[in-house]
Amino acid sequence: MQLTLEFGGGLELLCDSVKIHKVNVDLPDESHILTMKDLLKWVRTNLIKERPEMFIKGDTVRPGVLVLVNDCDWELSGQLETTLEEKDVVVFISTLHGG
Amino acid sequence: MEAGEAKSKKAGGPRLCCICNLRRPVLKRPKTLQQICRECFYEVFEEEIHQVIVKNHLFKSGERVAIGASGGKDSTVLAYVLSELNKRHSYGLDLFLLSIDEGITGYRDDSLETVKRNEVQYGLPLQIVSYKDLYGWTMDDIVKMIGLKNNCTFCGVFRRQALDRGAALLKVDKIVTGHNADDIAETVLLNILRGDIARLSRCTSITTGEDGPIPRYYFSTECIYSPNAYRGFAREFIKDLERLRPKAILDIIKSGEDFRIATTTKMPEQGTCERCGYISSQKWCKACVLLEGLNRGLPKMGIGRSRAGDVNGDLHNKNESKSGPTVKSIESRKQCGSLDF
Repeated sequence: MQLTLEFGGGLELLCDSVKIHKVNVDLPDESHILTMKDLLKWVRTNLIKERPEMFIKGDTVRPGVLVLVNDCDWELSGQLETTLEEKDVVVFISTLHGG
Repeated sequence: MEAGEAKSKKAGGPRLCCICNLRRPVLKRPKTLQQICRECFYEVFEEEIHQVIVKNHLFKSGERVAIGASGGKDSTVLAYVLSELNKRHSYGLDLFLLSIDEGITGYRDDSLETVKRNEVQYGLPLQIVSYKDLYGWTMDDIVKMIGLKNNCTFCGVFRRQALDRGAALLKVDKIVTGHNADDIAETVLLNILRGDIARLSRCTSITTGEDGPIPRYYFSTECIYSPNAYRGFAREFIKDLERLRPKAILDIIKSGEDFRIATTTKMPEQGTCERCGYISSQKWCKACVLLEGLNRGLPKMGIGRSRAGDVNGDLHNKNESKSGPTVKSIESRKQCGSLDF
């Protein structure tokens, strides 16, 4: 699935200082949908190069990290359960550091 | 448009903004838990700030007002909102942007570029004052001399005074600074944890220093998109609380505002610095003490508890009755890197 991922507010420092990543994410085995939960795991494994604890806490993002799916706060779309679609844009912004 | 509709279906929640009932909501306001669209958020946010300005009689027509501008999110939002409201409601204010250049290579350069963009975007004249011009030292110079350990103390103390000095250059009547709710809540919490009653009562006050050189007004922006210096555990704690109960952050600020200081609590007396005339509860203000230390090659002077050679330390010994132990203990609890209102 083609997605655009954007990291801001300092989070880009965890992925080689690149803010915008055009990525192709495979659907999880035996599944025909991709959720934010799956995406976070994928990001943790494939994009985060250092200090993952700045991004992830438990199975979700660290408190203080904003997540927007197509410019909309993921709180409105079901957070981890949000299902992603082809060409979606997901933005992660840390409010904890950077500036 | 089609994509927008598809997404709102997928969202499963209410499809329309609960204020206008027209557009797709993009955020849930922690303050009200309302799901609202971008346009309505701007509208209620700006209107609430206008109400705060009116209710607290923050400005008078014809006043000159400096906006403390760091190039970060909070001050950028403040510059936009205040210049917008000034036009919309005809406040009649002369607005200026005031920036501090601490002289940190590779850090300030970028954010000063943002401020220069704000200058053009909002048509506000910009004044930049530098540590180098005011004190003869850049932060790079200071770090070279003292290392990385206590440099936040220098930077914080110098910045507060630099704002006032910049304001004097611009001949403004007031300084406004923008803060987000997370920062204020964190400051309330830190002041409670430190037992710093003087700062606890000041840190949520909307104006400070009305007897001092220039009154300062603080706007607390309900900022959900605010990158900020990470201030450790307290920040993560309040963000954890917020996840359980979104209003927690605003409630902490409310607690800070509602604290009543017992009249028996001894508060430090505010006077003026004998050397530079800036407000100070000591003989010399903190900036003068720190500067004296730098210039005399004793950079630890003024950091932590009073040491031999500290002009205010000497003063304590000679004149115990004036400052007294309460003042001294508050002084010694100042930590570096804290927002200090």
